[in-house]
Amino acid sequence: MSKQEVKLVNVPSPNFIPERDLGKPLVLETNHLGIDFGGLRAVDEFNIALGATEIAGLIGPNGAGKTTIFNMLTKVYQPTRGTIMLNGRDTHNMTPAQISQAGIARTFQNIRLFDKLTVEENVKIGLHNHINYGLPSGMFRLPKYWREEKRSHEAALKLLDIFGMADLAGKEAGSLPYGAQRRLEIVRALATQPQLLLLDEPAAGMNPSETEELMNNIRKIRDDFQIAIMLIEHDMKLVMGICESIAVLNFGRIIAKGTPSEIQNNPQVIEAYLGTNKERG
Amino acid sequence: MLDYLISGISLGSVYAIIALGYTMVYGIAKMLNFAHGDVIMVGGYVSFCSMSYLGWGPLPAILFSILVCTLLGITIERMAYKPLRSATSLAVLITAIGVSYLLQNLALIIWSSSPKVYPDLFGGVEPVMIGETRLSFATIVTILANIIIMVGLTLFTNYTKIGKAMRAVSEDKGAATLMGINVNKTISVTFAIGSGLAAIAGVLLLASYPTLQPTTGSMPGIKAFTAAVFGGIGSIPGAMLGGILLGVIEIFAKAYISTQLSDAIVFGVLIIVLIVKPTGLLGKKVSEKV
Repeated sequence: MSKQEVKLVNVPSPNFIPERDLGKPLVLETNHLGIDFGGLRAVDEFNIALGATEIAGLIGPNGAGKTTIFNMLTKVYQPTRGTIMLNGRDTHNMTPAQISQAGIARTFQNIRLFDKLTVEENVKIGLHNHINYGLPSGMFRLPKYWREEKRSHEAALKLLDIFGMADLAGKEAGSLPYGAQRRLEIVRALATQPQLLLLDEPAAGMNPSETEELMNNIRKIRDDFQIAIMLIEHDMKLVMGICESIAVLNFGRIIAKGTPSEIQNNPQVIEAYLGTNKERG
Repeated sequence: MLDYLISGISLGSVYAIIALGYTMVYGIAKMLNFAHGDVIMVGGYVSFCSMSYLGWGPLPAILFSILVCTLLGITIERMAYKPLRSATSLAVLITAIGVSYLLQNLALIIWSSSPKVYPDLFGGVEPVMIGETRLSFATIVTILANIIIMVGLTLFTNYTKIGKAMRAVSEDKGAATLMGINVNKTISVTFAIGSGLAAIAGVLLLASYPTLQPTTGSMPGIKAFTAAVFGGIGSIPGAMLGGILLGVIEIFAKAYISTQLSDAIVFGVLIIVLIVKPTGLLGKKVSEKV
């Protein structure tokens, strides 16, 4: 690829890792992003750039504003300041539904599946905008309805197969065990065919072997779907193991950005976040 | 005895069809649309006018009234309820009552308060006799229409893309919108279906009880709302069961106890059911997460 075709991170830039030339087109770029809740500056000066197929981590103590950032990126909250560019397009004034159509999908810290719908139906809700038939076809069961429903059924099973969950398709989502619900949320998000997947604490409540499996699956999803992934996670083994770049947040501001090894050796980060190590040592 | 049972089921079918409108809107938009009963009345007047003044046949008149009511439902939702999407449920409730009075008084201005006699839809058709029991054609059509609507609606909500989106919105609006579902459109479709069904219910009601006036919709509306709560509000089979039980109880109370007391008995049964099972017959218990 020639340099004219791909937009590169400007060097120096205020972005994810300033000194590094990503060599990839940007999926997401935020500039001076911030939000206030009343008089509280919950997030301020949040500047990152995320390349296509990059896996990035967002870490920080509880209450640092990590989920708030996800909520701004998906327009659950409208930012008070700054811009969010998705594939070079300003997402100003977009609704959450439009953000989903534009290519960001997410999971939730506290699982928010449609409990009373079946596993397959949950995935089909993710596929909603990729099933092409209107109200009349659905009401009168025209051939288009059958064709599209068959296609979406096959697509849903194929997606469920990523986590080997195809045999659970007919089960009610609320009846699944916890780990399976977390995996189903990822499948449902992938069904919207995103370019950027936001995972909010994907490993929460998982045991070490499940976490190990999740790490492999996140890498596999990135490779198979060729998408960028940004994740919030407290499990340092997972974050350091799979993220190519990491931003550390404290009191709503980025205090450090870099590769896993840079972050691990950053004194500010150690003080703010990994401080427990010091106390123990 | 069988006569009463059948006319109870027939009246109950009308309640069930109206109750569907309440229950679907409640399930998806989490609001009580008290103007729903008056949409029935509008449907009645529209079909009445097309038949009596324009000389249309019953079928085009019914289709036209379905169309008008569907558009009316969408318009009411857009103009009155959509701006209140994030308001308190009490504000929405008061607005719904306001819309109800608005429709009634508009009808009063347009058609005056004097009752109109609804034309006999199935005039030439002989009643069917099963043994000693007389089944009027209106009764048969009402019960059949109810069955078709129930089956159709169940298939629609369970197996179509928009139906599934409706169920997703009903469970978690926020998560649904983040999956790319247009919540406003989904709510509009719900109002459209509910109001279209109200038009059908209006015609079926007037086929059996042919007095049409601006308040025609309010009592059946309240009873259908009762039926929806009785069966478990938010549940489609619940609306069906609640509607039919309510109709049967009402007719039996009228026949064996007292015509004057029949409504009191119907609502008395509702109170007892809600004391024993507050979520209604088929309603599921929702436990709030702490």
